[in-house]
Amino acid sequence: MEHIVIIGNGISGVTAARHIRKLSNKKITIVSSETDYFFSRTALMYVYMGHMKFEHTQPYEKWFWKKNKIDLKKGYVKSIESKNKLLHFSNGETLSYDKLIIATGSKPNKFGWPGQDLDGVMGMYHKQDLENLEKYAPNNKVCKRGVIVGGGLIGIELAEMLSSRDIPVTFLVRESSFWNGVLPEGESAMINRHIKNHHIDLRLGANLKEIKADENGKAKSVVIAETGEEIACDVVGLTAGVSPNIDFIKGSKIETGRGVKVNRYLETNITDIYAIGDCAEQYESIDQRRPIEAVWYTGRMMGETVARTICGNRIPYNPGHWFNSAKFFDIEYQTYGWVFSKPRENEAHFHWIHKDDTKCITVCYDTNTNKFLGINTFGIRMRHEVFNTWLNEERDVDFVMKNLSKANFDPEFFKHYETDIFNAFKNNLITT
Amino acid sequence: MATIQRNMSLTGDVSDHLNPLQKTGTIIGFGGLVILMYSLFGDIEDKALWLTIALIALAGGILLFSKGLYNDKLKGIKNHGVWFKSISSRGFWGWLAGITLTGFYVILYFYEGLLGANPDGNTGLIALFDPLSKFLSGNPASQWFVYGTLYTVAILAFGIKFIWKYKHNRYEQLRTISVMFFQTAFAFIIPELMARLNSDSFSLPYNDLKNMWPLNYYAFDGWRVDQFINAGNIGLAFLIFGILSVFVISPFLTYKYGKRWYCSWVCGCGGLAETAGDSFRQLSDKSMFAWKVERWVIHSVLAFSVVMTTAVISTYLGYDSEKYWLTKDIFLISVAVFLGLLFAVIWYFKKEELKKDARYGAIGYLVIVLALIGIHYFSGTQNNKVFIFESGDLRSFYGFLIGSIFSGVIGTGFYPLLGNRVWCRMGCPMAGILGLQQRLFSKFRITTNGGQCISCGNCSTYCEMGIDVRSYAQKGENIVRASCVGCGICSAVCPRGVLKLENGPQKGRINPTEVLLGNDVDLMDLVNKS
Ligand SMILES: Cc1cc2nc3c(=O)[nH]c(=O)nc-3n(C[C@H](O)[C@H](O)[C@H](O)COP(=O)(O)OP(=O)(O)OC[C@H]3O[C@@H](n4cnc5c(N)ncnc54)[C@H](O)[C@@H]3O)c2cc1C
Ligand code: SF4
Ligand code: SF4
Repeated sequence: MEHIVIIGNGISGVTAARHIRKLSNKKITIVSSETDYFFSRTALMYVYMGHMKFEHTQPYEKWFWKKNKIDLKKGYVKSIESKNKLLHFSNGETLSYDKLIIATGSKPNKFGWPGQDLDGVMGMYHKQDLENLEKYAPNNKVCKRGVIVGGGLIGIELAEMLSSRDIPVTFLVRESSFWNGVLPEGESAMINRHIKNHHIDLRLGANLKEIKADENGKAKSVVIAETGEEIACDVVGLTAGVSPNIDFIKGSKIETGRGVKVNRYLETNITDIYAIGDCAEQYESIDQRRPIEAVWYTGRMMGETVARTICGNRIPYNPGHWFNSAKFFDIEYQTYGWVFSKPRENEAHFHWIHKDDTKCITVCYDTNTNKFLGINTFGIRMRHEVFNTWLNEERDVDFVMKNLSKANFDPEFFKHYETDIFNAFKNNLITT
Repeated sequence: MATIQRNMSLTGDVSDHLNPLQKTGTIIGFGGLVILMYSLFGDIEDKALWLTIALIALAGGILLFSKGLYNDKLKGIKNHGVWFKSISSRGFWGWLAGITLTGFYVILYFYEGLLGANPDGNTGLIALFDPLSKFLSGNPASQWFVYGTLYTVAILAFGIKFIWKYKHNRYEQLRTISVMFFQTAFAFIIPELMARLNSDSFSLPYNDLKNMWPLNYYAFDGWRVDQFINAGNIGLAFLIFGILSVFVISPFLTYKYGKRWYCSWVCGCGGLAETAGDSFRQLSDKSMFAWKVERWVIHSVLAFSVVMTTAVISTYLGYDSEKYWLTKDIFLISVAVFLGLLFAVIWYFKKEELKKDARYGAIGYLVIVLALIGIHYFSGTQNNKVFIFESGDLRSFYGFLIGSIFSGVIGTGFYPLLGNRVWCRMGCPMAGILGLQQRLFSKFRITTNGGQCISCGNCSTYCEMGIDVRSYAQKGENIVRASCVGCGICSAVCPRGVLKLENGPQKGRINPTEVLLGNDVDLMDLVNKS
């Protein structure tokens, strides 16, 4: 029986395993050094905030793995010997495979800041980071202040986490406005205000210079590069993005760039070795996507796809329309299609914001053809399926604005804003 | 990691984190309880005054506490620290609350004398409630009046707390206002006022219109039916309404809106669970095993209640035959025919929607129920025996086991240990019927928003019915489950806007998918269609 080994029990690896099981009888082993069972990384914050226990983040009960004959092995893969199809573990064990899927995910970026490896300094990616945070920031008596470096999706989650335990937070964001490399100005500005409403000390345009240690080698303060200001703190969260977790592959024959290089079939340069999820890097980016897409959905879609290739139906990874979602404290965010932070050539944005400052949308369209290109929505839930259809049908922006209520996905009895939005849209057209 | 103790106090985190308003609220609320406790032993002079003070203190305490908890918070989900607080995570206070509540129910159901129920006039706690009872119905209080009053106060005060908590969610607010209204008006005030109409020549049984069979297992008991019939047109109207509710009104509403119209908008048990029990919803068991147990237990209770009610009705039809136009034989035959037909129709149209074990179960139950009815039919009219039991015994056994122990002692007493809907999930025959209707022919479903789920688990954790919502959502499948009471909390707590409760066409209601929306269009079509 063919033995499929998957390194990494995150969403990519587990999705691949599930689909291979559905399609075949192959022997499957999932290896991970992080946890015994698959858990949802995206839910780590809820454990610290007390919304859930760690068990609740595990989507499958223990019997699931046995029933589906998916073997789980805990261990850290030190190296891959592709010639003999052998994995070497850090404890000296080995494991042979017929086909290998690398799904090792990401690790937090560290940019060589002085003090970045001190006690009390951590990323927020692995379960171990969570345990570390629990140790250094159990409450606001032990942790008088937390400083977060890097204004992205994980940074703002960490800010929410700490403030849920009434720990004062200073949030250092390099950009002039929160996540404005991705979000258009109006949205980014609204989120700035929302962050401040949650009593976070938000510092825009602020870079970290160094982290200072106390006599025990634990972080005691950070220094801001621009102003030289020193801020006393007990915990420093490094959330300036992630990069593929592939150091252990570097010595092997597998081609790597920032991530493990793969073609459209998710195959690496070595036969029978595939890479999926956060750690995979496309030779050429697909559509307007980045070559490395460190998001949950991509990992899942790659897992769905690679399983078919491995089970004999070789098909390319061919993702549909871009979509994503996040939550900024109390404000939910969804996006469908492409809305860039600034309209590109021949593009225009229409922006609407509600006066309560917690809801807004931005619609992007082509100024020549009027084609609808994408939407960002904050504080209003919208239907994935509807936008997917409209994007497939290449609807124009007037159609989308007129039919926006069909896409509404808010719970029943919620107030609707489509008329407001539509009127604003019409007025906007008249004035410009 | 689950056992983080963030302060030194033995009882966990709670006391440490109460702000002044919450502390004041707690003290005032407990003050109200102390007055009630005192009345058990000491004699209170000015009952009306002290009862008013006690009830206001209880409600006011809860309201102050909630104000302290939510007032200065921005709109949003308020679940910080749920699993750290000892009351909501089966810690010390959780167990204490569970034991106290259970004790209260045991006394209420079996030792009402301790509360002051006395053949020669009320004393103690029950006497304290006399003024209010006399004001409403003109009669002295009973332990059930005391219970009903406290129950209503709890739904009202905790209902306001809930509305506060969900200040961003109109669905949650409206359905809470609805249960508050139905409890206060239909379960509490109207029946009490109606009792005023009773005289020597005219008397209606205590009647909560919304409390229908089989939740109200004594709905068709002989004495009640007699009273209704004797009360002339009004009584008859009530009786007919009771029958229509079971066979016409409730299936229709369930078809249109799902069982939530009852369980989350009207029902008193649901009302208490959603308001006073809200802090315990995360304690329900989500395992596959619990789901299996649930299906067997709830459907057994349903079968039991059908048999018991049939037996009780056929018995009084039997020995009082000249009083009713329906005879025992015709009644039994019609029940058998009705059940048989119902079963045949479901089997014919909806077989695919029942899981394998559900099909076996359904056949099993049908056989048992029909056999029992058959035996009874042939057992003749000379004795009251149903099968081997006296129908009266069957009825009291049901009342004891299901009516008291299950719905009261376990159902509510165990809120802090097993979650707030154990009764609704495992024991309520009404939920059983509505659940079958919902699963088989309703427009209601919880729609999953394409591929947006991140498998975080908030929805499953906070589903009070122990439904593993995530297991559907992460597959892009809609949730169509018999037990779902449509509380809407899964949708509210989802951080990615994945879930929406809605009523829509039957087509595409159940939508198993393998490859999720967002992936290659051709691949999705290929896989999901085949
Ligand atoms: C806090 C947080 C919030 C997030 N929120 C969102 C969100 O809302 N939406 C979204 O789309 N994305 C989100 N993401 C990103 C998303 O979680 C990732 O894209 C996704 O988890 C990647 O999955 P993966 O399977 O590729 O890798 P991972 O989940 O990282 O799994 C890889 C596993 O492999 C193990 N491993 C690595 N190397 C080895 C080795 N040599 N030997 C053995 N085991 C090894 C790792 O320990 C890890 O367990 C979030 C991420 C974080 C950290
Ligand atoms: S599935 Fe959702 S709506 Fe249904 S009972 Fe559970 S939490 Fe409530
Ligand atoms: S809460 Fe939402 S995102 Fe999380 S598992 Fe449930 S449906 Fe998915």
